[in-house]
Amino acid sequence: MIAARRLVFATGVVALCAWVLLPIYLIALGALGGRAAVYQWPKSFLPVDASLSTLGAFLAVEGIWHALINSVIAATLCMVFSIALGAPAGYALARFQFRGQSAYRLLIMLTRAFPLAMLALPLTVSFIRLGLYDRPLGVALVHTALALPFAVLISSSLFMGIPRELEEAAWVFGCSRLEAFRKIVLPLALPGIAAAAIFAFVISWNEVFAASVLTVRERTLTAYLLTVLSESPVHFRLAGGLLLIVPSVAFIFAVRRYLFAMWGIANR
Amino acid sequence: MTSAAEPRAATAAPAQAPRGAAARALRAQALPYLLLAPSLIFLAVLFAVPFVQTVLLSVTDGGRLSLANYAKMAGDLNFTLSVRNTFALVLTVIPVQIVLALGMAMMLQKLRFARDIVLWIWTIPLAVSDLAAGLAWFAILQDSGYLNSVLYSVGAISDPQAWLSYETPSTLFLGIAAAEIWRATAIVLVILVAGVQLIPREYGEAAEVFGATPWQRFCRITLPLLKPSLQTALILRTVLAFEVFAVVYALGGRNFPVLVGEAFVWQHENQDYGVAAAYAVLVMAVSLAATVVYLRALRVPREQQS
Repeated sequence: MIAARRLVFATGVVALCAWVLLPIYLIALGALGGRAAVYQWPKSFLPVDASLSTLGAFLAVEGIWHALINSVIAATLCMVFSIALGAPAGYALARFQFRGQSAYRLLIMLTRAFPLAMLALPLTVSFIRLGLYDRPLGVALVHTALALPFAVLISSSLFMGIPRELEEAAWVFGCSRLEAFRKIVLPLALPGIAAAAIFAFVISWNEVFAASVLTVRERTLTAYLLTVLSESPVHFRLAGGLLLIVPSVAFIFAVRRYLFAMWGIANR
Repeated sequence: MTSAAEPRAATAAPAQAPRGAAARALRAQALPYLLLAPSLIFLAVLFAVPFVQTVLLSVTDGGRLSLANYAKMAGDLNFTLSVRNTFALVLTVIPVQIVLALGMAMMLQKLRFARDIVLWIWTIPLAVSDLAAGLAWFAILQDSGYLNSVLYSVGAISDPQAWLSYETPSTLFLGIAAAEIWRATAIVLVILVAGVQLIPREYGEAAEVFGATPWQRFCRITLPLLKPSLQTALILRTVLAFEVFAVVYALGGRNFPVLVGEAFVWQHENQDYGVAAAYAVLVMAVSLAATVVYLRALRVPREQQS
């Protein structure tokens, strides 16, 4: 009886793992299957002659590299902005008691209840006026609005985890607030800040709607894929999908430890 | 902070120092606000301003107040369809995701080995772009895709079947729902797992001592204490689900109109910003209404808040 129940439990866990992994395996299979796999019917579920030729052909299409570079630029800028604006706010939330603190927290959570369409549409008009339209910088600004709340929450939970006493000890020994922060807190917080930065990067890298609305020629990878989707052959679509998936999954793997810190804090 | 600085200023300061100490105390008081200011200003500029602009854009027509954009939106062929499709998706996807994520979180609690690796695998879709998720499911469901290959090899079909065309709206809907469930259950799971970790183990152990079955413990202890996390997860997921767009586009193209997709078409192709704004306001209103409902329905008692 117990053995049977354990078997059911284990089967459930394995089945759910398969449910998550299978679509990724299959898109990789389709993207790496080479010329033969594209026209094969019925399809084989094993990588018979996997090759990078489809992916290579995809990367050789005009505009892909350009879009890829734009994506990296926008995501990097988004990362820098989110940390530059978010980490100080996170530090303030973690270290000070002040009026308006809970109002600020609420505001941060509320921004998550805003549909992106609401922001991106009028920004098209403003950005044209400001010369930010159709530039990775403009896309990065909108993405920062998405990523900033997460950067604030992650960094505040980080700074809370660093004992205040360490900082106070540094003040006693004559460090100014800034020095104490730079010499004591920052080195301890750096890995977590890097994690928050990577989240921001991934949020920007994955975003489709704003990137598509705010660009015409200087498209990011997601925007480019969306616009050429309907006229692309199947294996190119799959190659594009795989190209989107691989970096972000690798990045999230690197920072998986910090995923839960953020949401534990957000609910308190 | 201030309580530590003020007494020192009052007692230890010699004749000329009070001004400096007071200034320092003031600065310490201002510091948190200075640290928050950049992010606040940024969010104000990128949230408040576009918000007002969108609302204005939607209710003006040629510089005058009018509801013409809304009339145009409601009169469009795809409007009713996109409302119905979006709501059908949200109402199908969210309950499945909540139940699935709750089940997964409970399984993780019982798991005795390989917990970390299982947790990591289950959270992989979190990193996957909605466009890429749509494309992964496209690989499975397209005419010469993997689903048809399996059906063919077991003899269920003899020729490739179309699942995603406009002639098969129900399977197209199921495909999109599956892709959405696949992609976005991970975020619910992460929020719930973080919430479960905050529940003291003693509660469950005490209930076990008094003879509560696992199911009773789940219903009477875990679920009520998980309410704040459930609330967060529901709000976040519902808002994002009403914004569903890229998954739909990757799987069905224009065959399955949804609200944000229509906003995109009006903005990008028809260049009619007013109607696009009207759609955006509609999505916003629906999201806000859902948020209010959740806040009411899952009210967290005061003592559980901090």
